[in-house]
Order: sequence, then C-alpha cells, then structure tokens
Amino acid sequence: MTLKLQANAVKGGKNATEASWLQDWVIPNFQKLMADQGKQVTVQYAGTGADDEDVKTQLALDLRTGGGPDVFTPDGPWVGEFAQAGFLKPLDEVVGSEVNDWDGWSQIPRPVTGIVEFEGKRYGIPVGTDGRVLFFNKQLFARAGLPTNWQPKSWDEVLQAGRQLKARLPDVTPIQINAGTAMGEATTAQGFIPLLYGTGKNLIDGGKWLGDTPETQAVLGFYQQLYGQDLGDARLQLRADGRDRSFAQFADDKIAVLLEGDYFWRSVINPDGGLAPMKDRDQAVGWALIPARQPGGGLNGQDFVSLSGGAGRVINPNTKAPKEAWELLKFLNSKEALTNWVQREPRITSRTDVNQANLKDPLLSFISRRVLPITATRPGSAVYPQVSLAIQTATENVAAGRSDAREAAGRLGAAIAKAVGADNVTGAS
Amino acid sequence: MGGWLRLVAARVGFSAFVALAAAFFALPMLWLVFAPFDPTPTLAARPAGPTLANFRDVFQNPLVLTSLRNSVLLALYAMVLVVAAATLAAYALSRVHLPGRDLLLYVLLLFSSVVSGTAAMVPLFLLVFELGLINTYLGVTLVLTGGLLPAAIFILKDFTDTTPTSYEESARVFGASPFQILRDIVVPLVRPGMAVIAVWSIVNVWGNFLIPFILLRDPDLAPASVVTYSFYTEGGQADLRLLSAFSLLYSVPVVVMYLFVQRRYGFRFYGGIKR
Amino acid sequence: MPTTSPAPAEAPGGDAQPPRGEPGAAAVLGRPAAGAFVAPALLLIAAFLVFPALWTLYLGLTDYRLTGAAAVNPSFVGLDNYTQALSDPQFRNSLVVTALFVFGSAVIGQTFLGFALAWTMRDWRSPLRSVVEVLVIVAWILPGSVVAFLWIAFLDGQSGTLNALLGGVDTEWLLETPLLAVIVFNTWRGTAFSMLLYGAALSAVPPSHLETARLAGASAFQQLRDVVLPTIRGHILTSLLLISLWTFNDFTPYLLTRGGPNFRTDVLPVFIFRNAISSGQLGYGAAISTVVLGVNLVIALFYLRLLRERT
Repeated sequence: MTLKLQANAVKGGKNATEASWLQDWVIPNFQKLMADQGKQVTVQYAGTGADDEDVKTQLALDLRTGGGPDVFTPDGPWVGEFAQAGFLKPLDEVVGSEVNDWDGWSQIPRPVTGIVEFEGKRYGIPVGTDGRVLFFNKQLFARAGLPTNWQPKSWDEVLQAGRQLKARLPDVTPIQINAGTAMGEATTAQGFIPLLYGTGKNLIDGGKWLGDTPETQAVLGFYQQLYGQDLGDARLQLRADGRDRSFAQFADDKIAVLLEGDYFWRSVINPDGGLAPMKDRDQAVGWALIPARQPGGGLNGQDFVSLSGGAGRVINPNTKAPKEAWELLKFLNSKEALTNWVQREPRITSRTDVNQANLKDPLLSFISRRVLPITATRPGSAVYPQVSLAIQTATENVAAGRSDAREAAGRLGAAIAKAVGADNVTGAS
Repeated sequence: MGGWLRLVAARVGFSAFVALAAAFFALPMLWLVFAPFDPTPTLAARPAGPTLANFRDVFQNPLVLTSLRNSVLLALYAMVLVVAAATLAAYALSRVHLPGRDLLLYVLLLFSSVVSGTAAMVPLFLLVFELGLINTYLGVTLVLTGGLLPAAIFILKDFTDTTPTSYEESARVFGASPFQILRDIVVPLVRPGMAVIAVWSIVNVWGNFLIPFILLRDPDLAPASVVTYSFYTEGGQADLRLLSAFSLLYSVPVVVMYLFVQRRYGFRFYGGIKR
Repeated sequence: MPTTSPAPAEAPGGDAQPPRGEPGAAAVLGRPAAGAFVAPALLLIAAFLVFPALWTLYLGLTDYRLTGAAAVNPSFVGLDNYTQALSDPQFRNSLVVTALFVFGSAVIGQTFLGFALAWTMRDWRSPLRSVVEVLVIVAWILPGSVVAFLWIAFLDGQSGTLNALLGGVDTEWLLETPLLAVIVFNTWRGTAFSMLLYGAALSAVPPSHLETARLAGASAFQQLRDVVLPTIRGHILTSLLLISLWTFNDFTPYLLTRGGPNFRTDVLPVFIFRNAISSGQLGYGAAISTVVLGVNLVIALFYLRLLRERT
C-alpha cells in the first residue's frame, strides 16, 4: 500500500523546514507505526515547490481526472471551490464516521477548524494558522513621543498616531497598510478584510456578498484618509516589488507601523535567517491588536479583530486507501508530530496543547493566546479570487488618489455584482 | 586621402556603436555577477562579499542538480525533434506546391500562440492524460514540439526557398533518393537556418515553465524552470540569496549549449556552392 | 542530422527541367515523397497544436472554470464572453498598450538594433564579435524571472545601475515611464533573434552581387540599400512577423510591473492571466485568447500582403 503525500514544501527551498520534518521524521515514524500494527504502508513524498496559484492549478487538474495525491495540502480558501467542483468530499464521507472520534478536534479552536470547512462540513485537518497584528517600531515611537506599549482602540487612534509620527519624524513613513493590485492577495488579507471586520461585517454577510455598503465605504474611507493625509507611501503600493520593499523599509526603521501576519516576524525580520533581518527585532519591534472602527464595533461585537489563513491537509476522494490515509492524517496532526515540527521552527500549530507547551516566542504565543480566539477566515468560494481582485483595484484607486471612497465603493459593488451575480450582493449599486 | 579618412571614421563609428551596444547588454547583467556572491544580496548590483555561502545553501535542495540535468534533457529532446521534423517539412513545402500551404502555415503559426497561452492549459492536460503520457518526458516533448514547429518550419522554409535546385535536379538524374538529396545537398546549405531554430528551440524549452509544470508530477523530473519557483518563501517573496545563486547556475548550461551549437554548426556560410 | 525519417518514396519518372528555385514543379521531389516528409510535422502539429487550440476556442463559448461548480458543469454561453470582453474598457486599454509595446520594442527596437549589429559585424572575425554576440544572446536566453530581477535592479530609483551611471538622477523609471521602460527592456531581451536571423541571412547574400556593385562604384550604404535589402527582404518580413506575434503574446512584462502602475503596461497576456487564472475563469480567458488570435490574424495578413508584393 503506497500513499502519496503532497505539500508545497521543498528541502532547501520553500517551507524547507516543513519538508525536512515531513521527510525525515513524519514519514519514517509513520511507516514504523504502521509496521508495528502489522500493516505494510509506504509513504511517498511529492513536494511541489511553486507559487500557490500554480499548485492549485496542478491539483485541480489532477483531481479532475481522478488522480492526485492521497493526502494533500490545499490552502484554506481552496477547500470551498474544490468542494463545489466535486474535487473534495467531506471527511466523514471519504473515510467514515470514525473521523469524528479523533481526540485532536478538541484541541483545535473553532475559528481554526473553519479553515478546512465549507458549508458546515469538515474536509480535513488544518495544518497551522497565523494571525495578523499591527507591528510597530518601538524606537521610532519613543522618539515621536508615543507609548511603546501602544494599543490603539479605534481607527482614529491609529491615524492620530500616524499624524504624530509624521509631525515628529518627517523622514519616516508612518503607516503601511497594503493597497493595490501589485500586492495581490496581500492587499485583501492584510489590508481590506481586517479593516472590514472592524466595521462589524464579514465579506459574506447574511448569505450575500458585501458590495457598495456603508461598511465598505468606511474601509475605503480609512484608506482615503491614510493615503490622502500622506500617512502612507502611496507610490510604494504601485510597485511590482512594493511588498518586499515595504518589509525592507520597516527593517531599516523607515516605516513605523505595518499590518502583517506572524509570517513577517518569523521569516522576514527574523534576525536569524530572515529576508530582511532586524538585529534588534526582539527589543525594537512591538505589536498591537488590530482595533475595530470603534470599541465594540468589530465582528461579533469585538473590540479587536484579526484574520487568519492557513492550509489544511485533506484526503483525496479518489484515494484507494482511505483508512490508511486517515491514519496518516491523524499522525500528521498528533501531538508528538506537531511538537517535533515546532521544535524545528517556532510556528503556530492548529493545536492549543502543542502551542501552549512549546511556543516560547512572545509574538507567537501572543497570537495563539490573544488573536486566535478573535480571528475570522476568508470565504472559500470559487469566485473569491475575483472578489479579491475587485477589492485590490478599489484600494488602489483610492490610495493613488484616482477616486474617492464613495466612487470606489460604487465601482467595487458593481464589480462584485458582475462576478457573483447581482442577486448575491448587498449594495450592487 | 579624404576617402581613407572617411574609412577610418566609419570604422571608429562602427566600433563605438558596437561598444555601446555591448555595454547596453552587459550592464543589467551585473546583478547576476555580483548578487550570487553577496552574503546579503539586495536588488542593487554592488560588489560585496564575495562568498560562496549562497551556493552552499542552494545545494541543500537535493533537486538542484537534477533539475538542471532535466532541463538539458528536455531541451535536447525537443530540439532534435523540432529540427528533424521542421527540416523535412520545410524542404517538402518549398519544393512541392501543396494547395493552400502558405495559408495553412500562417494559420498554424497563429494557433501556436493560443496553445502557448495559459488558456489552453486544461485541453493540453486532458489530451496528454488521455494518451497516458502524464508525468513523462515524451508527453512534454511532444507538446513542446507541436507548439514550436509552425514557427520553425516558417523560418526554415525561408532558407529552403532560396536555395537553388540545380544540384538537386542533377542528383535526381543520377538516381539519388529524395532523402539522400535532402541529407547531402540541402542540409549543408540550410545549416545556418537549422542552427537558428535549434538554438531557438533550446531557449524556448529552457525557459518554459507552464508545460512541464502541468504535465509532470515527480519532483525529480522537474526542470530548472519549475524548480526556480521553490526559492520563494511561503509568503511569495523571493529569497535573493538562493535565487541569485540558482539563477547563475540556471544560466550557465544554456549558454554552453548555445556555444556548442554555434561552434559545431555555425551561422556562417563557409565554402558552399560557387556561383 | 535528421534522426527520424520515413522511407522515401520514389518520384514518378520523366522529370522536366524546372526553372531554378521555382517551387511549382514536382521534379525534384515527387508528391508522395513530399507527403512523407511533411507527415511527421503535420501529425505532431495536428495532435498537439491544432486539436488543443480548437478545443480552447470552443471553451471560449462556455463559462468553464478551473474550480467551482462550473468546473464540472460548464454551460454554453455563446458569445457572452466576447461581448463582455469587447465592452470592457480595460480590455481596450490592454489592446492599445500591447500595440504600442509590439511596435516600439519589436518592429522598431529589436529590428533596428538586431540588423545594425548583424550588418556591422558581418565581416568581423575578432573575438570581440563573439563577446558581443554572446552578450546579446545571453540576454535572450536568460529565463524570464531572472531577467525581471536584473531589470528591476537596473532601473531602481535609489540604487539602480542606470541612475548611478546617469549621475544623481533618482527617477523611478518603472513608475514614471513604465511603458517606455518595458519597451526598452523587451528590445534588450529579444534583439538576439533578429540579430541571428539577419546574420544568417546576410551570410547567404551572394558575395558576387556585392562585388559587382562595389566594382560599379556603389558605396557601402548603397550596396546595403540596393543589393542586400532586396535580397533579404523575405527574411526581414519573416523576422518581423514572428517577433511581432511573439511580442504580442509575451507575458514577461508582468514580472516587472504586474501590468501597472494603473494598467499602463497591461499587455494582453497579462490581462488574460489576471482574468483567466487569478480569477479562475478559463472560459472567459479562452474567449480573450480567441480575440487575440483574431488580432494576430490581422497582423499576419498585413505582413502577408507585403510579402506577396515581392514576387
């Protein structure tokens, strides 16, 4: 019995540690575990090392023709569109009702399971997750007379801090919140949507997508204030490498506040091997929860909001060995397996017990403790990419000063209506 | 005296032009010269280091050398098939007036742009799947060749059109078969054209990401054009240390292949037929 | 050199003497042999080019998707995709941008630079010639992602090599003059093909013709204009057609500018990519590809007209 396992991880390349973990620890130990139970199971590792969108294409093509790996790792948002196309089936249909008996489920917070859910059904087990916060440079804040334990409670407080930074430190870009089509999904996920959550609504609200509504106007209004008052670098948003540059500028103390996920902390400004390492990261960089528009105005009446993404591990409905695949899936997400991964590189796993026992890193445990309980995820619909593109375009128009918030929201509504059908939009304008 | 001066001025002018052109082409490449050896490369092309650490890190990826070898194999397979099929076809189309051949060639040329675009991805995949050639080099070679042939024939036909037929006619009279005529008389004449399409095929296959990506599944079959994307982080950012080193490794073989074809078959018309 | 060959058939006897180079008569190569020679290419093309291309054109009439419900149950939507595309101002913008891009970098840039280099160096035997040729060709050979890095670095406002050479300028070329930057980039990228083709073509110009002209007192420029250009006119048109078509379908500008800023470098392949792949709408993407095919057809017909004029 051979199982094929796919993940977008390659030794010495993308997600290298995950690849090493999978190939050097998980697979040998799983094979041994199976052997001890008298089953002959070999696991082949198929590591794809490519852009997410390309991997999605490859998987979709394979699934469509009845092939594909037995266990694979789609990005959370893909689960919905794969399910709609019949490429994925709910776990209990593929394996059987025993999936509900796994003791790991109780260790995974509800919002996190949402990553692999679609229309209420579970399709796999989430791999891990992340959270978005406002990172800020404590040294720049100190020089500008702002508190180094900054925690804004509303959008106004954020903008105010920006204005103070601008007044005291004219050479520094106060705030970086992604806008524009060049940054792609990073604009929607680290910009628009967290802000939207701050107005109390999700992208799909009451069964319909949000188009030109007071909430989206408010978000675009925030963008207008941010870039209109020159509290952010509008030109940076237009560059093809704008995101990379914004990271480098933050690392160089040229940007004071940046909305990003823990990826930024772990892989970008990490003094040990980051892409734009900051030697004094642990002393100089602080973090704050993303505030709602005003206290109590966020999703579910929250004061603070965040967005989480992540991937999931799912079982191919075409698999010839569903029971063994389920064993592998359970093993991948067992306490010992995830502990081994976390020891190789600190990250936020989906299991609370592993996180609590192992996360020493202050930012990561902050996210695990404070952010995950208040977070939300993006809708996993096939049309989401088009909606995201419409959002990116709207923010770009506002940031570049080509339209004002009302106009941009109007166009956003029209674009979303075109993508999903006018009946499915509130505020199709 | 004036004529001689004009000659010198022309010489100098031409040399200056060539020098400027050389600079134009060389300058952007400086990044590739400096960055791989820079311990913390940025987008600026500046000498720093030098260090071999980036190369050492790149080789942590066990697929690096394999991928380069794979690229060489795919490029060669496609080149051989393209040159062979195109030479036969171009010669035949030159000598025999098949009805509608010009129009056909143009239509095929246009179609090749559809097929190389992203929209043809699913039909190509399903076709190769039905043929049972997914995850094989045969499948990839056939698809790449199909896409390259119209232009290759188009280019080569220009050469075969303008070669004189008198020697072929004499050879026919002496009983040579069409294939012998092609091999012994025509091929040496159109060698510059064959060299051009050989190089062009290699270059196209070398840089082609989409076809190998959608048709191959085993990681150790992947060519370098696919593997290069594994040097981005999970957030989609380029890891310049690994990328710069790999880019350099990726560039060397194809330059060597070009030089080989150039040296062996050349683009010059040495000797040939005396008029 | 050819490694595959069908068994050639014998041509029917009684060959007449055809005029030189005249492809009308079947004297040298009989029809059966010609058919056999064309067969391998034709088979490959039919199976792996024509068939998928027609399939793709058909997809343009549906709402086919990569994922989602329409992936397994696509519906026929007739010309909806086409009307959507043609009424989209962004599509029209993309068309204009692409036309400018092709004209600037292929028709003007690559052709002139490639020919100038081929002509200037045609008699050179020095190592300098090899160096220059290798440089030009390496620019063409390097994969798109690498070249994009090179040029983003080269054109960078603060630390770019270009601005360093111009001394103290800090223009962000990719933001201020994006289309021009991309045109210059593509000229750099693709000149090699023109240079190679013209180099090969020039070497096939009979030296005797040039010799005759020179003896008759023609200057180098006149030799060029009156002997060389007419002789290689077919090659020029071939080259122009090919590089126009290739440039029209070139995706590489995406790697430099992502189609921006504000869609000022949004060439059609980028437009297709964004609408077809990023949004997963394969049917719509296929329809746009068909429209692009139509435009390419117009370009090809234009060159065909010019080519006919030579005989």
